[in-house]
Amino acid sequence: MLLSGNAETYSAIWATVLVSSYSIGCSLVMGIPLGFCLGYFNFRGKKPVRTVVDTLMALPTVFIGLLVYAFLTHRGPLGDFGLLFTLPGIAVGQTILALPIVIGLSATAVESMDKKLRLAIMSMGANRFQLFLTSLWEVRHGLLAGAIAAYGRVMTEVGISMMVGGNIKWHTRTITTAIALETNKGQFGMGVALGLVLLTIAFCVNASVSFLRRRY
Amino acid sequence: MKTVWTAFICLALAICLTPTAALSNDTLVMATTTSTDNTGLLDYLMPNFKKTTGIEVKWTATGTGKALKLGENCDVDILMVHAPPAEKKFVNAGFGTDRREIMYNDFVIIGPASDKTGIKGKSIADALKAIKAGKAAFVSRGDNSGTNKKEISLWKAAGVPVPEKEKWYIQTGQGMLATINIAAERNGYTMTDRGTYIKYEANMNRNPPLKILVQGDTVLLNQYSVIAINKGHCPKAKYDLAKKFTDWITGAEAQQLIKDFKLLGKPLFTPNAK
Repeated sequence: MLLSGNAETYSAIWATVLVSSYSIGCSLVMGIPLGFCLGYFNFRGKKPVRTVVDTLMALPTVFIGLLVYAFLTHRGPLGDFGLLFTLPGIAVGQTILALPIVIGLSATAVESMDKKLRLAIMSMGANRFQLFLTSLWEVRHGLLAGAIAAYGRVMTEVGISMMVGGNIKWHTRTITTAIALETNKGQFGMGVALGLVLLTIAFCVNASVSFLRRRY
Repeated sequence: MKTVWTAFICLALAICLTPTAALSNDTLVMATTTSTDNTGLLDYLMPNFKKTTGIEVKWTATGTGKALKLGENCDVDILMVHAPPAEKKFVNAGFGTDRREIMYNDFVIIGPASDKTGIKGKSIADALKAIKAGKAAFVSRGDNSGTNKKEISLWKAAGVPVPEKEKWYIQTGQGMLATINIAAERNGYTMTDRGTYIKYEANMNRNPPLKILVQGDTVLLNQYSVIAINKGHCPKAKYDLAKKFTDWITGAEAQQLIKDFKLLGKPLFTPNAK
């Protein structure tokens, strides 16, 4: 299938990689600072916030899909942006999916950081931003674990892609929605092959991450 | 470290700068039903439409119920559906306009070759009564699609209340081919459009476990139509493009294409635009 250069398959792979990169990028940019604050600072109501974040980690993808559809439909509050049936539309939903995972796991990573480290960094005269960056660097493995967990969830979800993306050929057909379609068409062999493609991509991502982890 | 970051940033930029499929002016968004998509009809027709008019059609395939809802919510510009009563209601409510019939095929009742309930060759009403009396497994789409609406109307016409809660009545909530596969697994009966059944026959290498048992009744006709979304209801709907599509698909060229669309040497749809 891949060797024969099936353009449809490549289009689905490209859509999957593109949309999951968008959403993981957005959720990391928003999630890591928020997770850091949640893990680093002690404030009133911290425990309830943690519980809410942990609960949101279990958000079902079809439910997010429905919510995002309700907002993006042309009669919905954000309908004028025309994001329905587009890849950025899917990315919005997937960011909502990934954000609690990134926040929760980076908060856990920061919490598990040695408290003495904070004093050590500050005693070297670091300002707040330097303190933030150094702390992040110290817990990088924990953050990475969070990012990988979120990436796995984003890349393999089908509910959001199907409801918000509409599984439109050449445009919003991702690998997972293509699998759903092939199954509906009774082409089980093709569905399994696409599943293997998805696994291969996941393997490549994880292999390169573990390579980076060994070096740094 | 630096090179890794540079590479990462380059990748990120490349992704950001990739033109995302923005909805250009020459794209028509259509909501349609699983039967037109799963049989491959749209994959066959649309390149021809693009060649003739330069307009690209993006379609999303769902059940007729959801397709009508997408139209009502102004999420698409045109519909290709098959549930005439619901369509007329849709047009009368002011959501759609220019409803044109384009083609038909027919529904058939299929079931295991053994046919223990003995419905083969019966009229549709008698067949449904026999299925109910024998409590034979009957698999329904159960998804408010055109096929599902038709099936419900057939139960009613046979004087049998829809067996909503009966154990032998299995509602899948899935597309037609998936539903046929479930019926085959459960050794049950189901109703399908003939196009999807031929596709299923082809998937099974012409030797499917489920055979056509009831067919030919005039109430089993399955009419497909296109409906443009009303500009008065949805100001942003691309009515001009939808009109072009309607004109094309009801025209001689496309009607001939539909007529020539065959699987296993059998035509799947019969064009009947007026």
